[in-house]
Amino acid sequence: MLQPQTGIPLNPVTPLTAPFWDGCAGGELRYQRCTECGTANFTPTDLCRGCTSRALEWRVSSGLGTVYSWTVVHRPVTPAFTAPYAVAIVDLDDGYRMLTNLIGIDAAAVREGLRVRVDHHGVGGERVLPYFRPEFPTAEIAEGK
Amino acid sequence: MAVSGHPYRDVVIAGVHNTVQARRLEGHTSASITVEAIHGALADAGLTLDDVDGISAADLSARLIYDLRLGPAWRGAQYGLGMIAEAASAVAAGMCDVAVVASGEAGIYTDHAATAPWTRPENEFVIPWGLFTTAEFALIARRHMIEYGTTEDQLATVAATIRNNGHVNPEAVYYGRGPFTPADIRASRPIAEPFHLLDCATTSEGGCALVLTTADRVPDLAATPVWLLGMAADSYGPAYQHPPGYDLTGRRPDDTGVVTVGRRAADRAFRTAGIGRTDVDVLELYDPFSFEVIRQLEAFGFCEPGEGGPFAAEGHLAPDGKYPVTTDGGLMSYSHAGSNPQMLQRAIRAVQQVRGTCVSTQIPGAEIALASAGGSGALFNQVALFGKERP
Repeated sequence: MLQPQTGIPLNPVTPLTAPFWDGCAGGELRYQRCTECGTANFTPTDLCRGCTSRALEWRVSSGLGTVYSWTVVHRPVTPAFTAPYAVAIVDLDDGYRMLTNLIGIDAAAVREGLRVRVDHHGVGGERVLPYFRPEFPTAEIAEGK
Repeated sequence: MAVSGHPYRDVVIAGVHNTVQARRLEGHTSASITVEAIHGALADAGLTLDDVDGISAADLSARLIYDLRLGPAWRGAQYGLGMIAEAASAVAAGMCDVAVVASGEAGIYTDHAATAPWTRPENEFVIPWGLFTTAEFALIARRHMIEYGTTEDQLATVAATIRNNGHVNPEAVYYGRGPFTPADIRASRPIAEPFHLLDCATTSEGGCALVLTTADRVPDLAATPVWLLGMAADSYGPAYQHPPGYDLTGRRPDDTGVVTVGRRAADRAFRTAGIGRTDVDVLELYDPFSFEVIRQLEAFGFCEPGEGGPFAAEGHLAPDGKYPVTTDGGLMSYSHAGSNPQMLQRAIRAVQQVRGTCVSTQIPGAEIALASAGGSGALFNQVALFGKERP
């Protein structure tokens, strides 16, 4: 069963990205929505990637999405990471895409289109990371739900 | 075409050189191995440092202008194959007469408990997920397998083909370390699924350089002149900060969203060259990972989307195949000396193929060669075409 990491390297938070990480600390997955054109923006930006407007509002995501692609890593990038871990690209129902790690599932059970939900975990210090786990219990995945 | 006449008609590639490549080059620094490469390429051209009035050497450019006392000189700012097109444009525009394009790295990758430093992104939305270049490119390979049914065996066939070219190349870091079957590739330890160790580029040290000058110097040159027929590049933004894909799209309405990274670049390079895909004799494709070769075959228009895997499995990439690929062993077996030299080395091998001077796996009668660099995992792709005949 894939687990969250602890004691991994983290890059500094910037003023632009602080609202996202503050959200994670409180169990919220946040993203920016443009009030001009409606585009969902992630990673954090000062300009809407749809229309270049600066009118961006922080919203709380449903935290639900589907796996677009994934890779199970056996040779960790540095010894700080415990292998295996599963890097994934998740398409959020809110209309944006993000990188994450999958947890709470066997590495061999991950499939394209797997429904997932955000699951926040502290990884040391004050940082809380938005991992994703199966939306439904593993038994239901096996039944193809 | 935006310009009348060929943009590089009056520019010749006069010299090329690779230094010795090795896992470690004891006693060398990135600057010292780069300078050794510059001397080698100038000697190949029949020129000396006193002739040079332009240099492009990535982050070493300014330092080398000062330390080699090249100033006043033209200074390039590009990377990878873009360095060659930028230098050719500078020569064509009269900004300099003899431009050196060089790159080298040594003594940088010392902590082998971690992956090589140039494979590790530093970004708050990437680093906590344990990403490195292998994982970035694996995400793309996996998606292509989902979309088109591309198989691990097809990936392994690419890796075996390229590694076998390195196996017979006495200048390759992994000379004599084969031969490999696809089963051997799949039997190597897993790194980031679907990639096994032998699906991935190596890490090594070395330098390389090219010399470009005006066409009127051709009678005085020591080597067979080679011509830049066309070059173009596609960028989708900063590498290793956003989720990668082979099917990225932009805002222009002609964007198809089907195996896009490098497609526009290839179309433009071929348009400038005034040739078609079937005119190409050798494909010196950038091979950071086995899947990238399959993807580039599709993006560059040598295969339809989804057909790159079967095309590789049918043997078309072997030295006696329809499109011999990466004939020196590439990044997997010849050398992968850091973040930039290995991109220029695809072009150097293409030049050697067109000259007919390769020490191994020379494709008989090769007149036009394509070189590429970058990849979908890095959100950019570069394409250059080299030929024996002046455009």
